Amino acid sequence: MSDAGVIHDIGYQRYEGPRLGRPAVFGAIYQHGLRAAFGLGRSAKAKIFPWLVAGIVLLTAVINGAVKAQTNGQIVLFDYFSFDDTMSWLVIFFVAIVAPELVSRDMRSGVLPLYFSRPLRAFDYIGAKFVALATAVFLLLGVPQFIMFLFGAFTTDDGAKGVWNEFLDLAPGWGYTLIWAVLFASISLLIASFTGKRAFAAGGIVAFFLMTAPVVGVLSILPSTTANHLAGLASPMSLLVGVQSWLRGRNDLDLNIGDFGVVYGIEAFCLVAAALLLLLARYRKVASL
Amino acid sequence: MTIIATQSLTKTYGGGVTALSELTVGVEAGVIGLVGANGAGKSTFIKIMLGLTAPTSGDVRVFGLDPVTETDQVRARVGYMPENDCLPPDVSAAEFVTHLGRLSGLPKTAARERASEALRHVGLYEERYRQIGGYSTGMKQRVKLAQALVHDPDLLLLDEPTNGLDPAGRDAMLTLVHRIGNEFGISVVVCSHLLGEVERICDSLIAIEGGRLLRADRISAMTAASDVLAVEVSEGTEELFDKLDGLGLQVSREGRLLLVPLTSEEAYDSILRAVAELDLPLHRIDQRRHRVAELFTSKETADV
Repeated sequence: MSDAGVIHDIGYQRYEGPRLGRPAVFGAIYQHGLRAAFGLGRSAKAKIFPWLVAGIVLLTAVINGAVKAQTNGQIVLFDYFSFDDTMSWLVIFFVAIVAPELVSRDMRSGVLPLYFSRPLRAFDYIGAKFVALATAVFLLLGVPQFIMFLFGAFTTDDGAKGVWNEFLDLAPGWGYTLIWAVLFASISLLIASFTGKRAFAAGGIVAFFLMTAPVVGVLSILPSTTANHLAGLASPMSLLVGVQSWLRGRNDLDLNIGDFGVVYGIEAFCLVAAALLLLLARYRKVASL
Repeated sequence: MTIIATQSLTKTYGGGVTALSELTVGVEAGVIGLVGANGAGKSTFIKIMLGLTAPTSGDVRVFGLDPVTETDQVRARVGYMPENDCLPPDVSAAEFVTHLGRLSGLPKTAARERASEALRHVGLYEERYRQIGGYSTGMKQRVKLAQALVHDPDLLLLDEPTNGLDPAGRDAMLTLVHRIGNEFGISVVVCSHLLGEVERICDSLIAIEGGRLLRADRISAMTAASDVLAVEVSEGTEELFDKLDGLGLQVSREGRLLLVPLTSEEAYDSILRAVAELDLPLHRIDQRRHRVAELFTSKETADV
């Protein structure tokens, strides 16, 4: 019986191959999450928004780089730092769409019992999702920064030294982007983990980031210098600008933080730590069903 | 081989709700029915076996492993199919099952191969590349079963696998479960509140009610002793009753029928002789095989 076209039922085969441990499972969730962040492996509809945002950010970087190259560095629209600050709205919209995609979706479809009946823990799940979202935000800003670097590097007049100088500008910019990625990823995941409804989660994230901005505005016009210096603490975006001031000694927005730089640093750290711990606590509960 | 063993397993939730109380049971490999009404503690039992929640007191062993401390080893050998809807609508079955295979620790290529194998075994072929959102309930149940099979477990825990299926779908699902248990060499625990359907495919049965063990035994042991002869005569039912009673048989009446437990080979002959001696018009005499359900009817009002 070896006719072509006859499908033989070979019966059930036992699996004898290797079974990988939790690090591999972490990697699988991370990879899956990072792909999902950009809609890869999903329908065309899921790709529209992330790529629209990524497209705008890229375009901005290209224009910025081109203008700088054309004018021999005379006109610089943004440097690597102010690029992140300027793109903040787009980053907010990006995490508002992607964070619910990563966590609310699993909650909505009830898939979590299937995850947590396998050899993985709440830490693996939420850790991998967090790293995936942080990576996605970093790529969103870091790749355009790299393009700006390429423009700068190819138009430098100082040869290798010029390229190296340009790189020395890029590296701290990437560091700043990393802080952005970590802060935005942790907060938006926490907000998204409270609801299975993607629209609510997205609304909640946008609301959180935008509603805090006016508070900064109010505090910064109070007739108290201390209040003015601490005003930036009230909103994640100005908090990051404050951290930039603290680490770099200056910022391109008019945020004066006085001598309170270290307070900004501590708050940023605590905010990320608190968001991650709350997330873990939340998923410990979810994982035990 | 004993695959699941519990010793005075008790689980109380906060607020004083007792889900399981003093459950002691040893389960042999094979297809096992776990029956009980809704809220009897079936799902809690499954969650404890998966290490999702710890028992309040008592002890549980799955393959000799403690799910509380050796969670990963237990979960690697167990596949779980939950009762509720648990499938994302916007991915294909192939992709979804592959992903869950990787979460069980299979390398990427192995996960992909095993996923299409598992989907083939549950009867999904070309459909597996379509998005799950467009599937029928029967197909979704099959995907849920496939994801439980993908990492080649030694034990499957199926929570109400026939939920929401039409009669044909139920039959197909039960046949599939029976095949998994008998041809694939994988033990299966089938949870159900429908006794009638699990008794068809199970080797043994655990009945729980209100968190307590009602009965646990092999199906054959439950039904063997319960064969009954039903005798119906057109007239003289009373006389025959007295006559058989006089012969020492434990006769009982059920409407116009006389029920005689078939305890020995001679019972059949002595009934026939009694009917002949009384010269009664025998209407029918047939052997009834008790359904397992009847063993519980006094205690449980299962909707069989």
